This record gives sequence, structure tokens and C-alpha cells, in this order.
Amino acid sequence: MSEPMVRFENVTKRYGALTVLDELNLDIERNEKVSIIGPSGSGKTTVLRMLMTLEKINDGVIWVEGEPMTHEQKNGAMVPASDRHLRRVRGKVGMVFQHFNLFPHMTALQNCMEAPVSVLGLPKGEAEERSAELLDMVGLGDKKGHYPIQLSGGQKQRVAIARALAMRPKVMLFDEVTSALDPELVGEVLNVIRQLGSEHDLTMLMVTHQMGFAKEFSDRVCFFYGGKIAEQGPPDKLFNEPDNERTRQFLSAVLEAG
Amino acid sequence: MNIWDWYYVWEALPYLYRGAVITVQATLIAFAIALVLGLAFALIRQSNNRLVNGAMAETVEFIRSTPLLLQIFFVYFVGPQFGIVIPAWVAGIGVLGIHYAAYCSEVYRAGIEAVDGGQWEASIALNLSRSRTWSRIILPQAIPPIVPGLGNYFIGMFKDTPILAAIAILEMLQQAKNFGAENYRYIEAITMAGAFYLVFSLIASAIVQAVSFWLNRRYHLQ
Ligand SMILES: Nc1ncnc2c1ncn2[C@@H]1O[C@H](COP(=O)(O)OP(=O)(O)OP(=O)(O)O)[C@@H](O)[C@H]1O
Ligand SMILES: [Mg+2]
Repeated sequence: MSEPMVRFENVTKRYGALTVLDELNLDIERNEKVSIIGPSGSGKTTVLRMLMTLEKINDGVIWVEGEPMTHEQKNGAMVPASDRHLRRVRGKVGMVFQHFNLFPHMTALQNCMEAPVSVLGLPKGEAEERSAELLDMVGLGDKKGHYPIQLSGGQKQRVAIARALAMRPKVMLFDEVTSALDPELVGEVLNVIRQLGSEHDLTMLMVTHQMGFAKEFSDRVCFFYGGKIAEQGPPDKLFNEPDNERTRQFLSAVLEAG
Repeated sequence: MNIWDWYYVWEALPYLYRGAVITVQATLIAFAIALVLGLAFALIRQSNNRLVNGAMAETVEFIRSTPLLLQIFFVYFVGPQFGIVIPAWVAGIGVLGIHYAAYCSEVYRAGIEAVDGGQWEASIALNLSRSRTWSRIILPQAIPPIVPGLGNYFIGMFKDTPILAAIAILEMLQQAKNFGAENYRYIEAITMAGAFYLVFSLIASAIVQAVSFWLNRRYHLQ
């Protein structure tokens, strides 16, 4: 068995006195689809943000493809990663945000082209071709010249997915990507994610409140509670016969609400 | 004696014209300095290095809380005592530019801080370099909304140019005054200078509005 795609090793994250994640250990295999569920404030978003290097960790190491991400080897010792190191390793990871974070002054196509041109150094023509293909794939072939303000929420989120994919990441992170959408627009985004999962070699880690989708889509579901993984397992097991009392309570509360 | 005599209007015109050229040149050059230097100040203030950003904040605060005239005197009169001789024109325009750069940097800062933090996060997630994030993502969103704020300082600076007379730069108001003194006749020249300041201010504010409109459209911001 090769090394995991992502490994959180004893990762601790604190904000002041608040310990948000307490010695988290989590391995994610290549191409695995993992859903993260749990109550508000349990640290789900924080897990993704740490892996995207948007947050520094207080303790532990995050590995990507067997290489330390949060640290680097220097004279035989592990030291906190430099900006240069981060920029190199971070390229393997892409993220889609709850509130899209599209660049409002650029068209859908320009949003997708910006990073391939300026980070990967692709010639404009090639970047444009790649971006156009991706926009076609997410069903927005006819919206390439539209600005974000001219798009619906679901369309914006699909542009954001195409934009992240344009960097050819190996790991894609999704943080409640349908939470800011009107209910009737959720399906179109989930369809795109579903298609990504089946047609591409991608490791996917998603925080979601869509229990139905998590159940159908993921290989494994992790239930976070109080800064730890309280329970994890295949979706059938976790949703139908959870071992942990907290999981049961959480699921019944969510099912009642939804 | 007439209250208003057209003879003096014609006589004063060449004086005022020479002064107006100086005033407009000084304003344009000094404001160009203020725009560029103000942006530099604002960017330095965003530095993660506490020392750098604190020193910049103090400098801006210092410039803003001492009078413009004092700063001009300092550079022009105190400098030579230490062997630093700066021509009046350079000292005047330079200090005017630096003084207003301090004010402009605060306007830039407000614009930069108004950009949604999600834009930074998306830029990091896409692995854009810091300089690229500034030039392609943050500044194009930060600057269009603050053009009116910068424009106010443009007009403010224009109205401050008579201060240059204190170091013997013959800007327009000084020319009007000299004309008055030579002819024992002030009303026409001073009034004409006033009319010019008014017209220039109106033109300037129309230009500011046009630039603001154009930039907001260019970058598709509301
Ligand atoms: N920048 C921050 N500074 C201080 N505390 C923070 C910060 N970001 C998050 N927290 C705290 O960390 C905890 C975990 O936050 P996180 O966003 O990971 O929760 P979550 O599981 O994603 O919750 P939700 O379902 O509401 O999105 C919360 O208690 C939150 O208040
Ligand atoms: Mg969250």
C-alpha cells in the first residue's frame, strides 16, 4: 500500500485559549472521497483551512503525498515551512468556498485563467482552452464572458469549481459549497461534484450538511465533535447504525430539522 | 474711480496666465507624486513586519499632524544650514506631494481594507504570488471606489498651492497680488484669480467623476 494522499498527524489547532482541534489524526487515501459532518463549531472548516494553508497549525504535521506540508527538512531537522515551500506543496490542493470568492472584476473565463497563466506559466491560448473546457464541463460553456454579478449562486459556485480545477490539484476541498445557495440551485452544484468524483482522479474532502449527498457520494464519513473525530466509517454504517451516542444525537437532530 | 475697470483685467491677464501655468503644473506634478507615494505608503503599512508597518504608521501620522507650511520651511530654509540646498520648485512640489501622499495613503488603506477577505483566501488557494495578488486581485477592487476620496485631496491640494509663495514661487495668487501692488489696484486681479480657482476646481471634479465612473465600469464594480 502506498502512502496516503493526505495525513494529519497529531495536529492541534488553537485560537487563544480555545482548542479547536485536539491532536487530530486522519489519513486520506488517494482518490478517496471523505465527508466531514458535525455540529457547528466542531472544527470542520478549520480542518480544510489548515490543509489549504490558510491557517497555521500549533502542533503536529500535515503531510501531502508523503511530504511534509506544514514543515520542511532543513539540516536534518523539521522546521516550519517557508513561503517557498508552502507555494510548492499547496499547488496539489484546491479549495471551493462557501461564499464562492470569485474575482468580481473578471469574467468567468478570466477567473479560471488567472492562476494557470500567472502561477503555472501557461501560454494564454492554452490556459484559455483549458478554462473553456472546464467551464463546458460544469455546464457553463455559454457563460464564459459573464461577470460574477451576472451569474446565479449555483452558476458562481460552478465557476469556482472550474477555477480550482484549472490548477490541476490532486486534492479538492469543499466547504459547505451549497450552504449559501437557494434550495433549487443545490442540485446543479452537487451534480458537478458527483461527476468530478466519478470521472476524475481526485481526492475529495468535503464539509457538508447535505446528509443524503454525503451518504451516496462518500467512501467514508467523519463525524467531528469537540475538536476530535468522534466516529468515522463507511456511510452506510455511520448513518444507519452509528456506534457513538453523539453521532446518533447529531443525526437525529439533523434529520428532524431537514 | 470705477469699482471694476476692464483696463486692469487686460493688464493683469499676462501675470495671471504665468501664475496659472505654475499653479497647474505644481498641482499636477505634486499630485502624481502623492498618488504614487501614497500607494507605496499604504502598501508598506500592510507589511506583516510589525516594525516596518509601525514605522510607516508613525511617519504618516507625523506628516499629517504638522503644518504643510512648516514642512516646506523646514526643507527649504533649514536644509541649506546643513549643506542641503534644494531649489524652491523642487522643495515646494516635493513637500506638497509628500504631505498629500500621507493623506492619500489613508484613503488607499480604507479601500484596501474594504476588499473582502475571501479574495485573499481565494488568491492563496490558487497559489497566486503576493505581488500578483496585489496587482491583479486586490488593487483593481480597492482603487475604483476610492477615486472620489483621492479626488477630494486633488482639489484640496490645488487650493493649497498659494502656500508655495512663501518660498518665492510665483504661483497664481502671488502674481495677482504683485500685480495689485504694482498698480495700486487689487480687485480685478484677485477676483480673476478666484474665478480661475473656481473653474479649475469644477473641471477637476468633473474629471474625477469621469475617472471614477470609467474605472468602476472597467472593473465591473457597482
Ligand atoms: N479566526 C478565528 N479566531 C478565533 N476563533 C475562531 C476563528 N475561526 C474559527 N474559530 C473558532 O473555532 C471553532 C471551530 O470553527 P470552525 O469554523 O472550524 O467550525 P465549523 O465546524 O466549520 O462550524 P460551522 O458548521 O458553523 O461552519 C469555533 O468555535 C470558532 O468560533
Ligand atoms: Mg464551517
